Amino acid sequence: MPKVIDNIQIGPVVWKMRVEVPRLVEKAKAGQFVIIRVDEHGERVPMSIAGLDKKNGLLTVIYQVVGKTSALMTTVPAGGQLADCVGPLGVPSHVENWGIACVIGGGIGVAPIYPIAQAYKAAGNKLITIIGARSKNLLFYEEEHKAIADEMYICTDDGSYGQKGFVSDALKKLLDDGVKIGMIMAIGPVPMMRVVANLTKGYNVPTWVSLNPIMIDGTGMCGGCRVSLDGKTKFACVDGPDFDGHLVDFDLLTKRLGAYREMEKRAMKKFLEDPNCRLNEELKKVMAGN
Amino acid sequence: MGNPLEKKDRMKIPRAVMPQQDPQERKRNFKEVPFGLTEEMALREASRCLNCPKAPCIKGCPVDVDIPGFIQLILEKDYAGAARKIKETNSLPAVCGRVCPQEEQCEAVCVMGKKFGPVAIGYLERFVADYERENNLIELPHIEPPTGRKVAIVGSGPAGLTVAGQLIKLGHKVTVFEALHKPGGVLVYGIPEFRLPKSIVQAECDFLARMGVEFQNSTVVGKMDTIDELFAMGYDAIFIGSGAGLPNFMGIPGENLIGIYSSNEYLTRSNLMRAFDFPNYDTPIIYGENVAVLGGGNTAMDSVRTALRLGAKNAYIVYRRSEAEMPARKEEIHHAMEEGVQFMMLTAPVNFIGNGDGKVKAMECIKMQLGEPDASGRRRPIPIEGSNFTLDVDLVVVAIGNSSNPLIPQTTPGLQANKWGNIIVNEETKETSRKGVFAGGDIVRGGATVILAAGDGRVAAQHMHKYLMEEVKK
Ligand SMILES: Cc1cc2nc3c(=O)[nH]c(=O)nc-3n(C[C@H](O)[C@H](O)[C@H](O)COP(=O)(O)OP(=O)(O)OC[C@H]3O[C@@H](n4cnc5c(N)ncnc54)[C@H](O)[C@@H]3O)c2cc1C
Ligand SMILES: Cc1cc2nc3c(=O)[nH]c(=O)nc-3n(C[C@H](O)[C@H](O)[C@H](O)COP(=O)(O)OP(=O)(O)OC[C@H]3O[C@@H](n4cnc5c(N)ncnc54)[C@H](O)[C@@H]3O)c2cc1C
Ligand code: SF4
Ligand code: SF4
Ligand code: FES
Repeated sequence: MPKVIDNIQIGPVVWKMRVEVPRLVEKAKAGQFVIIRVDEHGERVPMSIAGLDKKNGLLTVIYQVVGKTSALMTTVPAGGQLADCVGPLGVPSHVENWGIACVIGGGIGVAPIYPIAQAYKAAGNKLITIIGARSKNLLFYEEEHKAIADEMYICTDDGSYGQKGFVSDALKKLLDDGVKIGMIMAIGPVPMMRVVANLTKGYNVPTWVSLNPIMIDGTGMCGGCRVSLDGKTKFACVDGPDFDGHLVDFDLLTKRLGAYREMEKRAMKKFLEDPNCRLNEELKKVMAGN
Repeated sequence: MGNPLEKKDRMKIPRAVMPQQDPQERKRNFKEVPFGLTEEMALREASRCLNCPKAPCIKGCPVDVDIPGFIQLILEKDYAGAARKIKETNSLPAVCGRVCPQEEQCEAVCVMGKKFGPVAIGYLERFVADYERENNLIELPHIEPPTGRKVAIVGSGPAGLTVAGQLIKLGHKVTVFEALHKPGGVLVYGIPEFRLPKSIVQAECDFLARMGVEFQNSTVVGKMDTIDELFAMGYDAIFIGSGAGLPNFMGIPGENLIGIYSSNEYLTRSNLMRAFDFPNYDTPIIYGENVAVLGGGNTAMDSVRTALRLGAKNAYIVYRRSEAEMPARKEEIHHAMEEGVQFMMLTAPVNFIGNGDGKVKAMECIKMQLGEPDASGRRRPIPIEGSNFTLDVDLVVVAIGNSSNPLIPQTTPGLQANKWGNIIVNEETKETSRKGVFAGGDIVRGGATVILAAGDGRVAAQHMHKYLMEEVKK
């Protein structure tokens, strides 16, 4: 069973977990994902690859606590084990030298976009990085991005750090200034990816997004992860997760992500009421409020 | 010993009736439906067999189980011996006794059949396998000394498990790579608990592990290592039994609404992830009140009966042909009817209607009539113009078959597949266009049956052994 090396809180509801899976790490590429199951009763949850330490065989995932399983993940101690971690899944991000490439990470998306930024940079692109969060305390991975970006913009919705506004505002300014961006890759909450894709359509700049529909097997067997591209159905786990943002039906994705909302609430409630629940008190309060 | 009864007396005994859970009760639980024969019933049923010298029943079985042979051992009360006799050619009797379409295979040609009802070969097969397992009589077979050869098996369905069992006995080192977190293939993720308890599949896999088979679950070949990389890692021969796990959809408007599942998704949630026991297990599943299952095969029956057990008020089978053409086992259709499934024959969906929130709320259907026979020999359904009507549904399960998963053919240069993506093999040896790579089961046949997959595994194992010993120099 895969061993958890460390699992630390890096934001109000965000954790960073490193897992020892040497064979997986050896094969994995930027843009791919893994599926984790915490214990025998657990769900299979997909998580993007946020870092690959090839030398030590360590996989980094950065996850946001949104429900029962992500909450449960926070309780796995350093040295503990996951029931399983399968991958690398999905098609690696397409990488080539476009001259100037721009990566955009919003919220939790700043983490999975990082290995892709590294790959773009390694391919010889001039790398423009735009990262954003609602507020300063929700921003992370800044140092990592800074270390490789040729140009970097930080945005917060409330202006508590960097420039005030959305990542799409910063991007719009670049495009209006005539910066010749050859490729944009955006990862973040669905509304953010939608806004970015809608914006760049007008400028005719190729824009890719990484989609996160609900998945089970991640091998193309169930069809639960289907998304619609220009009217054609695709399975995000095997055809993606990266897709041309100008073709994605974001409405459908948003709706499908809500398929189990009521049941997820029940699962969370039961989890919080369990006397053996090992969540930290602060997180318990946050989750009870959701 | 043998049968004490005269032939004419054997014919007077009526065919055994399988005791089973009452339909009204079982339609709300996931426990196995048939209880199995008691010892007394099994002995009585075995005594019906005429022990025919030509034994036509054997030819009805795709893997030539010595049917009169094992039945005679039952009469001698050597149940474990009977199980061993079956296992000479079929390594999964507890599974096959339950899910084989016996009525079309071994039992269809039993000489008792026409007049008196065929000997219940499937029931007897299940009886001896269960007897052997429940009484801990399963003996580890003799294992040949190590040959130094290594075999990789891709996929742990009946095909892969059979190859593993055969080759480990012959002294080869065997590793099974499985994409999911549990081995068993369709036997664990597809076929429901009430038809095939998962503990039985687990027992089969545990047994293989005890013989020395190594299982590497959660490993997707083609994503982790490719076939060529497996060779580079020192595997001398490879068997591909990756099944037909790519769900087909109908391609009609509204198909991506919430509440429309493929049967693979619906059954995987319920069986593999145990969503029927939510929230004790974390994976959710949609509980429909009015559930339509599209299709007429085993998968459709399994889905519709799962829907009933998850509380559906109305569970429909919507099938575009008539009952006569339904590919599901007769027994399963009968079980579904007993449980109150409503069959809407000669009906096809044309459009799914959403509730504005992205959830399915109804399905527009059209009535069909049967025309001339098509290529499959079944009469082709033709829509009746103007017969459209709307059916209220809040859950739809699309069970119209699977195609083969393209991952392995795509990542294996030189591996030939046909236009449907099925891997092409030499019929006789099961070897593919790549040297040392063999394949069988649904990835070769398209959707077939457990026993055909197991049979392919058996043939492949024989030729893999020959290949390993003659062509792989150590
Ligand atoms: C390819 C991919 C990469 C992802 N990468 C990350 C990542 O790097 N970090 C991160 O925090 N999250 C990531 N996610 C989302 C993450 O998988 C879900 O947040 C997680 O499954 C939620 O589980 P839960 O039990 O905590 O919450 P739940 O209470 O079950 O669900 C909360 C919400 O999460 C989504 N969700 C639920 N189950 C799944 C599922 N099985 N698959 C996908 N989404 C689901 C739904 O929108 C749901 O409403 C990724 C998803 C995909 C498909
Ligand atoms: C719901 C349902 C009900 C059925 N009922 C019956 C019945 O009553 N009687 C009957 O005889 N038949 C029945 N069948 C058909 C029967 O189950 C199949 O024909 C049989 O399981 C095929 O066996 P297989 O070994 O070829 O593959 P499968 O059982 O499909 O197993 C293939 C395995 O390979 C794994 N795999 C795939 N790709 C990879 C990869 N790249 N790397 C690693 N692992 C991989 C899959 O995860 C899977 O576990 C039913 C099928 C279904 C779906
Ligand atoms: S394996 Fe299937 S077909 Fe063969 S004897 Fe057993 S039940 Fe009959
Ligand atoms: S055909 Fe029927 S009666 Fe004859 S040997 Fe086979 S099972 Fe027995
Ligand atoms: S998650 Fe099942 S097909 Fe993509």
